Amino acid sequence: MNMTIEIEDLSFRYAGSGRWALRNISLKIGEGEFAVFAGATGCGKSTLFKCLIGLIPQMYHGEYSGRVIVRGLDPSTTPISKMAQKVGMVFQNPDNQLFALTVENDVAFALENIGLERAEIERRVSKAFRIMGIEDLRHRSPFELSGGQKQRVAIASILALEPEILILDEPTSSLDGATAKKLLEELAEIRRKENITVLISEHRLDLVVREATRLIVMESGQIIADDEPREVLRQLLEDDYYMIELPKISRLAWALGLSGRRSIPLTKEEFIANLWGIGS
Amino acid sequence: MILLDSVWYRYPSGTVALQNVNLVINRGEIVALMGENGAGKTTLLKHLNGLFKPTSGRVEVDGVDTRTTTVASLSRKVGLVFQNPDNMFFCTTVFEEVSYALMQFGFSREEAEERAEEVLKTFDLLQYRNSSPFTLSGGEKKRLAISIVVAWMPSYIAIDEPTTGLDGWGKRRLIDLLLNLRDSERGIVLSSHDVEFVSEVATRVVLLLRGKVIADGPAVDILTDPRLLEEASLLTPQIPTLIQELKRKGLGDLNHKCLKLDEAVRCLSEIFSKTGSHFRGEGG
Ligand SMILES: Nc1ncnc2c1ncn2[C@@H]1O[C@H](COP(=O)(O)OP(=O)(O)OP(=O)(O)O)[C@@H](O)[C@H]1O
Ligand SMILES: Nc1ncnc2c1ncn2[C@@H]1O[C@H](COP(=O)(O)OP(=O)(O)O)[C@@H](O)[C@H]1O
Ligand SMILES: [Mg+2]
Ligand SMILES: [Mg+2]
Repeated sequence: MNMTIEIEDLSFRYAGSGRWALRNISLKIGEGEFAVFAGATGCGKSTLFKCLIGLIPQMYHGEYSGRVIVRGLDPSTTPISKMAQKVGMVFQNPDNQLFALTVENDVAFALENIGLERAEIERRVSKAFRIMGIEDLRHRSPFELSGGQKQRVAIASILALEPEILILDEPTSSLDGATAKKLLEELAEIRRKENITVLISEHRLDLVVREATRLIVMESGQIIADDEPREVLRQLLEDDYYMIELPKISRLAWALGLSGRRSIPLTKEEFIANLWGIGS
Repeated sequence: MILLDSVWYRYPSGTVALQNVNLVINRGEIVALMGENGAGKTTLLKHLNGLFKPTSGRVEVDGVDTRTTTVASLSRKVGLVFQNPDNMFFCTTVFEEVSYALMQFGFSREEAEERAEEVLKTFDLLQYRNSSPFTLSGGEKKRLAISIVVAWMPSYIAIDEPTTGLDGWGKRRLIDLLLNLRDSERGIVLSSHDVEFVSEVATRVVLLLRGKVIADGPAVDILTDPRLLEEASLLTPQIPTLIQELKRKGLGDLNHKCLKLDEAVRCLSEIFSKTGSHFRGEGG
């Protein structure tokens, strides 16, 4: 597999902070993977993401060591504007990402900036609007939207850029259920079709594990588990790991002794199959 | 009690965000406002401490019309935690953030500092006492925002999306905290998209759709009604969905209104111990 992201022994400490936010992280992510990052708040997910686009160490100062390569570029020295052409990142707090007078301009702005033709801009904007269900907000001011609507616009802006790597930091946290589900299905689809690499941090595993190819668990700036999602879930259940919210279906099956070593159910269908001993 | 009587709200730009909302919130309740993005949840919560006044209709807090008093004095009774906690912070350290709020509400410096210490400990934030609130991670900010409000012990606590950014452990702690507040006769109103969290904690659910209340009832009734949930763009919670499916497959006398994980564990293990080897798990 072609490696899209290679991290070697990365450590980072924010200036003025006594703790290392990242400690000796080594990680390789291949093209077309759908990697979910989970872990307690403050474990370093957002910090790691900021390293991948170069915000750390270029905008946030501190002690930085190790090596990061993203699509052949070193984000610690490559201009962030150049990184942003490869890596689209949606931040945890959408308030800091919106700026234009209308929602439409907000989404189209970056596309105009990279010199796309009118028709192509229109195609991408429409597609992103459809995925995020914000057609009716097109002419509204982004500052007069609800929290979740702002989040939807912020995600649409990044989707429209059609980057090779998509990084979404807790993207579903303020989305309503139907929109969260739609987004994750769309991400899985563009990953499969276009071989885009998707990195996503999420507290609610029930929403993401089905689409993920890989589940990476962080704790205090380190990676403590990294494998196929079901395998990681099994480890977490076995250790009674409570920092992460595991799917209730999986927890229920585990509590009832219905989940074998190989088959932690993620859906009600799988639960029922386990229950009747089918397909095991 | 908080009363909303025929409340309409129109933003200056023209959007009508609430349409004829009628609602009563009592102490000892945990009410969850749910509904799609833009449904009006935040707008409604901002009415509870007088931050917004209805365009028409009336909001009363313990008999006082919010139009006849100030936000400052109402906030003593109704603490509001914003959706984006950044909007609540203005001090240079986490500790000052909590103690300052307490002094605003008439606590002496010693009392304020003592309480701040206590509440930061409860919320596991003491290690950040001298940090700037803006350097905290997302979930830590949310915890701080909630702790500020809980510190002055208002009669009603309104929290806009309490679980955003919280990890599994943070959510469990929050559930315990909310249940404790309810036991001490506080009235709690929260907005949330997290059906799994709401299933574990809410006593009542109010569904909003485009500014209107489309359902209002016991959590166990609303969260087990797939048709209503779909109309409100909510996901169906995992436990009742599974239980309904098991019933459809003919599994015994299950209570289809079972909502919480612990309830499901209890009720299913009873059934399994009765039916015995009928079901075959793969090891475990
Ligand atoms: N400052 C504002 N100015 C104008 N309109 C606004 C403003 N804030 C929100 N609105 C609009 O009012 C309606 C209700 O918004 P509100 O923030 O109450 O929704 P919400 O239910 O909290 O949504 P979310 O789940 O996304 O937080 C929406 O149509 C929204 O676009
Ligand atoms: N701008 C900052 N300045 C100083 N410390 C920070 C800053 N941002 C985050 N931190 C700290 O770094 C650690 C990791 O935070 P973060 O990456 O935001 O975690 P996560 O995204 O996993 O919740 C936490 O201890 C947090 O308090
Ligand atoms: Mg984060
Ligand atoms: Mg809101």
